[in-house]
Amino acid sequence: MMRTLFSFPGGVKPDPNKEASARAFIASAPLPERLVLPLKQSAGVAPLPCVRVGERVKKGQIIAVAEAWISVSLHAPTSGKVTDIGAHPLAHPSGLPAPAIVIEADGEDAWRERQPLDWQGLAPREVQCYLQQSGVVGLGGAVFPSHAKLGGDTPTEELIINGAECEPYITCDDRLMRERADEIISGVALLRDLTGARQCLIAVENNKPEAIRALRGAIGKHREDFVVVTLPARYPAGSLRQLIYALTGKHAPVNVLPAALGVQCFNVATVHSIWRAVAHGEPVVRRVVTVSGNVRAPKNWEAPIGMSMNALLQLSEPLDDTDGLIVGGPMMGLSLPLTNAPITKGSNCLIARSPRLFPPRPPESPCIRCTACAQACPQGLQPFELYWWSRARNFDRAAEHALAECIECGCCAYVCPAAIPLVHYFRFAKGELAAAARERQMADGARDRFEFRQFRAEREKAEKQAKTAAAKQAAVMSAAAAPSEKPAPTPPSEP
Amino acid sequence: MPTPSSPHLREANSISRIMRLVCAALFPGIVVYSALIGPAVLAQIVLASVAALFFEAVMLKLRAMPIRRFLGDYSALVTAWLIALTFPPLSPWWLTVTGVFFAIVVAKHLYGGLGQNPFNPAMIAFAACIIAFPALMSEWPAQGLMLPFEQQLEIIFGFAPRIDALTAATPLDVIKTALKNNALRAGNIQELLMSQNLYGTFAGRGWEWVTMTYLCGGAFLLAMGVITWHVPFAFITSMAAISALCWLFDPGRFSDPLFHLFSGGAMLGAFFIATDPVSGCATPRGRLIFGVGAGILAYLIRVFGVFPDGIAFAVLIMNICAPLIDRYTQPTVFGRRANGRRS
Repeated sequence: MMRTLFSFPGGVKPDPNKEASARAFIASAPLPERLVLPLKQSAGVAPLPCVRVGERVKKGQIIAVAEAWISVSLHAPTSGKVTDIGAHPLAHPSGLPAPAIVIEADGEDAWRERQPLDWQGLAPREVQCYLQQSGVVGLGGAVFPSHAKLGGDTPTEELIINGAECEPYITCDDRLMRERADEIISGVALLRDLTGARQCLIAVENNKPEAIRALRGAIGKHREDFVVVTLPARYPAGSLRQLIYALTGKHAPVNVLPAALGVQCFNVATVHSIWRAVAHGEPVVRRVVTVSGNVRAPKNWEAPIGMSMNALLQLSEPLDDTDGLIVGGPMMGLSLPLTNAPITKGSNCLIARSPRLFPPRPPESPCIRCTACAQACPQGLQPFELYWWSRARNFDRAAEHALAECIECGCCAYVCPAAIPLVHYFRFAKGELAAAARERQMADGARDRFEFRQFRAEREKAEKQAKTAAAKQAAVMSAAAAPSEKPAPTPPSEP
Repeated sequence: MPTPSSPHLREANSISRIMRLVCAALFPGIVVYSALIGPAVLAQIVLASVAALFFEAVMLKLRAMPIRRFLGDYSALVTAWLIALTFPPLSPWWLTVTGVFFAIVVAKHLYGGLGQNPFNPAMIAFAACIIAFPALMSEWPAQGLMLPFEQQLEIIFGFAPRIDALTAATPLDVIKTALKNNALRAGNIQELLMSQNLYGTFAGRGWEWVTMTYLCGGAFLLAMGVITWHVPFAFITSMAAISALCWLFDPGRFSDPLFHLFSGGAMLGAFFIATDPVSGCATPRGRLIFGVGAGILAYLIRVFGVFPDGIAFAVLIMNICAPLIDRYTQPTVFGRRANGRRS
């Protein structure tokens, strides 16, 4: 079936580099002895630990429980003993430690009792709570709690399943679609029933013909009316707003949630994990991670959450000149030194870095306003203007040029002939604007408190005066009533 | 160790590559120029290049900037070539060097160097020199004048006397004088040019092919993505429109659009000068306005003004307006295009 696609502006076509890791089947990573599970693995609030050091846990048992709506529970990825609850380094350029639970595996990998959810008879709200307790988040990288997306006020018209996977090197969704299309389609059907969507669209870039074939086959088998839409390969076709526009022609500014436009969007891996949780009672304790780049055996590994990145990298045999890691894709991912930080729910890809594959950026040249960045920007921004104002520390002007709409996809910096790290400037400017807003908020709060204190002082003074006057009045009255008595002494007047 | 910020990939492109592509696009024009008009232009190119690199190096040194890296961006070379191609080919050497000095030192580095100049440096050079030395800047080699290369060099470097007979009015000059003197009541402008042996197949003799090659070079830049279509399209269309309007109004006094598009610096201006990204507009709509403005002003100045051609002043005037035009032609941000509705 042909579908007219809407074309978002800009975009770039970097070398996909996907063949190497897309060839092999998803392999199961051997169970490591020690797993480090950072508490905060989703957008929103970190869950609260509910186990003690020394406690034995089963695979799939909740070890930290969600206490807010935008939050999900965390589970033990294997059976073993909790050996520590404390700060551990994360995959972040700052290298700052964050609260985590450490589990020493006992090697048995024994599940807690698994029970599928009989969702057909349940209210959507109950399924949402079940997903929250199963730790389901967006596995495409944004890690937004999936249950919190559901149940909005606007009826869902389109349910979009994102299998675009537009970043170079990453193939975990590609392999998942090829190998587990059945479960994905079952998950889509579940989400269709939950959202009441009228139309289900599965978007896949045209460089994944086998995934498209597998999905179409599974749809036929399930006798569903889902449509697999083939997108022309152009980064960032899989970016939320670009994808929604491409499929529906609906524009979503950054401050508007897709749900408000009647669109729900889930990543294929998320849909798969939702199905595993509902149909098999398995919470999110593993994920597929692409390991590629400067390695001998690029491959997709199904790894337990909490496994050391370095340990996973070693499975794919990194070459000798590997000098670091890129976590996520090369366009938006973090560049880190070789690290033992743990795999989290958002880690979709590890790329071994080498100076040959990722030559360092040449020194920044002056901007000549060639507007290559504006032509590449999928958000229709003028990055050179944003750069100009960010660099001049005139952040208000940068905000006027819609800095907030920047999705940090990296297209501008990718094409810049002057090698300006534009996204870096924009993150800096956004940080400064956020800091200024916080400061303003605090100043406003302080002023409000001060004003209220003054108001209260005035009020108390007035009350006191009124009281004194009343007392005086009473004294005069009583003196008048008993003139024989000695007159009461007048209270000292207020200074 | 500071970790690099995303993206970790980069397209193989650089300012140096862009400038080299511009030079490559100018190259065929230079070859045709030297073949049809005279090899003196080659001497001017070499002279202007050496002077530009020298001034650029001195200014970089004075500004304590890495000389090798910034000389390697070839931006000074592009300016030098544009100066050599817009100045009369038999200009004395010091005139060219003065022009280059104004472009590189005054217009470029005194305003902050590459990327910071509000005006097109090559056009500043042209404007400064035509105001300071109007006679010399109007001495174009007479039609069909084919001096030996050595003699041309002697004229440029001042070893041979500058004879008036060497130079003659350009076709643009002839039509301007005719328009002023109102001497064309009876005849047709084309016939006048023909009678003076100035007219070639469709524009000034010889020059028509030089400008044609500039057009091809411009098409190459478009194909390579160095420039966008907006400015050349708007420039050419607006110049064609206004010249057609005048021509239809009185074909006896005004020459046809084809003549104007292929005379003087029209094509060089449309593809190589008005497209300068630094001093021009940056938004798509802004570039259209910039091109329209430059095309119309160039026509008005070359036909009704006192200078032999109007490209330089037209571009400089539009440079003044560029920041304002940009401000009012900002494109709508993608997500805000339809206020969340289906477009």
